[in-house]
Amino acid sequence: MMRGVSKRIGSIKFSALSPDEIRKMSATKVITADTYDDDGFPIDMGLMDPHLGVIEPGLRCKTCGNKVDECPGHFGHIDLAMPVIHVGLVKEIKKLLQSTCKTCGKLLMTKEEAQRKAQEWELMDDLGGDAIDYRLLAKGTAKDASKNTTCPHCGQEQGKITLDKPTTFREDGHKLTPKEVRERLERIPDEDLPPLGIDPNSCRPEWMVLTALAVPPVTVRPSITLESGDRSEDDLTHKLVDVLRINQRLRENRDAGAPQLIVEDLWELLQYHVTTYFDNQTSGIPPARHRSGRPLKTLVQRLKGKEGRFRSNLSGKRVNFSARTVISPDPSLSINEVGVPYEAARELTVPVHVTKANIDVLKAMVKRGSSPALEDGRYTPGVNYVIRSDGRRMKVTDRNAEMIADGLEIGYVVERHLMDKDVVLFNRQPSLHRMSMMAHTVRVMPWKTFRFNLCVCPPYNADFDGDEMNLHVLQSDEARAEAMILMRVQEHILSPRFGGPVIGAIHDHITGTFLLTHQDPKFDKQETLSILSKVKHDHLPEPLVVDGKEYWTGHQLFSMVLPEGFHTTFKASICRNCAVCKKEECDLDAYVKIREGKLITGTIDEKAIGSFKGKILDKITRDYGADSAREFLDNVTKLAIGAIMVRGFTTGIDDEDIPEEATHQINEMLKDSVRKVSEYVQAYRDGTLEQRPGRSLEETLEVEVMKTLGSARDEAGQIAGRHLGMENSAVIMARSGARGSMLNLSQMAGCIGQQAVRGERLSRGYWNRTLPHFKKGDLGAQAKGFVQNSYKSGLTPTEFFFHSMGGREGLVDTAVRTSRSGYMQRRLINALEDLKLKQDGTVRNTADMIVQLQYGEDGVDPCRSVQGDAVDIDDILAEVLGDDAEALARLEEKKVAGYATIEKDLMETIEEEEVEEPEYDAGGGGGED
Amino acid sequence: MVESDLHVLEHDLVPEHTLLSEQEAEKVLAKFKITKDQLPKIRKDDACIRILERIEGPINPGRVIQIRRKSDTAEEFIVYRLVISKELKG
Repeated sequence: MMRGVSKRIGSIKFSALSPDEIRKMSATKVITADTYDDDGFPIDMGLMDPHLGVIEPGLRCKTCGNKVDECPGHFGHIDLAMPVIHVGLVKEIKKLLQSTCKTCGKLLMTKEEAQRKAQEWELMDDLGGDAIDYRLLAKGTAKDASKNTTCPHCGQEQGKITLDKPTTFREDGHKLTPKEVRERLERIPDEDLPPLGIDPNSCRPEWMVLTALAVPPVTVRPSITLESGDRSEDDLTHKLVDVLRINQRLRENRDAGAPQLIVEDLWELLQYHVTTYFDNQTSGIPPARHRSGRPLKTLVQRLKGKEGRFRSNLSGKRVNFSARTVISPDPSLSINEVGVPYEAARELTVPVHVTKANIDVLKAMVKRGSSPALEDGRYTPGVNYVIRSDGRRMKVTDRNAEMIADGLEIGYVVERHLMDKDVVLFNRQPSLHRMSMMAHTVRVMPWKTFRFNLCVCPPYNADFDGDEMNLHVLQSDEARAEAMILMRVQEHILSPRFGGPVIGAIHDHITGTFLLTHQDPKFDKQETLSILSKVKHDHLPEPLVVDGKEYWTGHQLFSMVLPEGFHTTFKASICRNCAVCKKEECDLDAYVKIREGKLITGTIDEKAIGSFKGKILDKITRDYGADSAREFLDNVTKLAIGAIMVRGFTTGIDDEDIPEEATHQINEMLKDSVRKVSEYVQAYRDGTLEQRPGRSLEETLEVEVMKTLGSARDEAGQIAGRHLGMENSAVIMARSGARGSMLNLSQMAGCIGQQAVRGERLSRGYWNRTLPHFKKGDLGAQAKGFVQNSYKSGLTPTEFFFHSMGGREGLVDTAVRTSRSGYMQRRLINALEDLKLKQDGTVRNTADMIVQLQYGEDGVDPCRSVQGDAVDIDDILAEVLGDDAEALARLEEKKVAGYATIEKDLMETIEEEEVEEPEYDAGGGGGED
Repeated sequence: MVESDLHVLEHDLVPEHTLLSEQEAEKVLAKFKITKDQLPKIRKDDACIRILERIEGPINPGRVIQIRRKSDTAEEFIVYRLVISKELKG
């Protein structure tokens, strides 16, 4: 099971290094602050001592004798002339000083108290505490101990220890030197350490005051040689030079018996340098700076934050076998596929083991070299590297290809180019959910973009305005198998977020099926064949014969892509929710009825095949499986494209043309509304406005005005809408759910309406008015941001300004929302990343603690749920009882409604709450730089 | 802290808490094949535990509490929590 694992890590322990240990692991003592001599050679016992490791190619390490990359580097050390406090541990030191006696060093607690604390530790051990609990317990012990002002062991009165940030300790106001602090810490007996959270076997408190400083290997702080030949040292080296220089001066002054004041000053300076060497962002002291004024990046800065070692080098790394390029659509590809350009395919490789079965094929492949020409215009894979059985890697070039191919043996590994049907992972950032990274099969194609089926846009949230995506090639059979089973696109048609399809038709595909099926149009043979040319089919359905000519209906054609025996009933997107549903006789053709795999009535639009809403898609995936769903989607894509191309489809500004009299009507109506608003304002001024309950007079006015203007816009939209019929392309798109909404249309043709910031009419800008074009205190419609014009008629300058104010709020909102939700997501993921669903149905973390006794409390996989429910009763009823089910279900519904608080319309599912927001898309690519 | 007279367990939004006997607790542990320390926790100074103590007498850390609560997905769900010591102030 654990192949190739010779040693396993049992546990890791972090502790403080003792000065002895620092000296013991040191390859050399560092005493001189100089790094290189005049000839450019490193000085012995300097910071670049060759014992500390090698960074120049060709040289050998003086400690281990290895070359660059083989030698891991070795620590050195600096003996500090006087002890200094470690900034990272001041809190710990303070705790220890406060909770122990100044003379005898014992814990300021009676034996009994200590005993009780020990029991608490034991209890915590038994009942399972985490690291935070233990830390809090130790803290609590220290706090209790520090409350004692006299030592219960020796009776010594205790002074009050305070900490002057960052590293100065005071006792009753007198300074404690690090030396004194260290002496006190030395006095603490081993047996008093465990209650304070310290394991005396691995750490002594006095080690928190440094007497020796470890010097990291040069490999950790390599110097770089600039083009001019000058050497530039790493920030850490600079800092260590400072430490050494002051250390030297301190030692000289102390040994020469310099005045106490001078020694103390130097000591403090040494403390400053050692502090900034660890953390250059310690509050309370100025950060150490480079000559140029840039603050130095020292140890803590290397580890902390987004660009730190943890988040950018350990949690996430740069990888090989990956590619990134612009994406573009290709409806001829299956949803499982991804088009990869030749150029990328020739760089990305898959390792193949040479066996008896494939040696001939691989030999031919190697023979082609690393950049084979197209054969008859077709791509053929070559080989970039061959790895011999002894692990040697040979680069295949055009010159040596023949030779390497002839020498190919069983047991070799060939790194061949990517080819069709290889499994790759495809990803678009931000990777917010698991569908952001799915497995696709490769189709190597000409041109330079990654291509995929449009149905896969919604899960990646991709469009083609310059978006780029990443591709990763899997390198082992296990990885490929796992990806194919768990990560393949077709396995993610149903989303775990809401138990419906995330992958589905968008835009023109919806328009296409709409045109194909709405009011069941007829197509002659030529049109039919044109529509079906790309769709997989073996024969045409029985044609309709009118006047001796053969016709096929849209319903017939759509039924061809439905799986056998498919059965469903629902209302389409174009349904207007009439009070009494006429069902099959619907005037709008919105009642979709599918029996025995044949579309009988209705229009196929967003509700049927769209992503997030597609009912047919949902049911096929659930009842027939992912393979059928994939086939359905692939066919629908092609069918829709065929249909839309036969009829032709376009939209333009003239789609919003309305007759003169309608414009006139709208204008009259708007004038009326504006007049009504000024009447309200007048009433408010006169004091005759009737106050609404719970509102001030001002609020009442605002509410009335907003209501009047809101209905004015709606009415304008309605008037305009009366002249925009179903033959209108823009209306077709809006009604079928392909793109845009009726609101968008009414804003283009009718009236844009009231602009708002924070849900209120515009009011800010100038003193008591929005713009100097209006009188101070004007509360009328125009003065506070009502836009009477439509996008098509054009806005007046003031209207344009108001519209920009409203638009700006939208932009700011989006920006704020994304950054805030990003941070929330990060915290959520950090908290949940180690949770795992175990075989017994419990959810546990890596410590094997139970988080949930049963996954989701009902143990249902939301991916396989029906909008969150484990079973779809209605569907089962429909299957068993046929068309009578509906009546029965409604009867049941009424009974259930008595208990349940939520009344659910049988036909309606919880729809995605789509917030209508204007798209100010500056182009996805634009944001990159 | 002054103990309030409010009986939180009687509140609509507070699920039903019951103290399990040692034997019952053992059964629960056996059912999930776990040890006590793997259970979710509840503090001894939790308002519900303080109320339960009034009824059941002192509840020491290490006892198991059964909570029967309403669930959106499973209508009703039973969880178990291990009583641990009072909250430590950091």
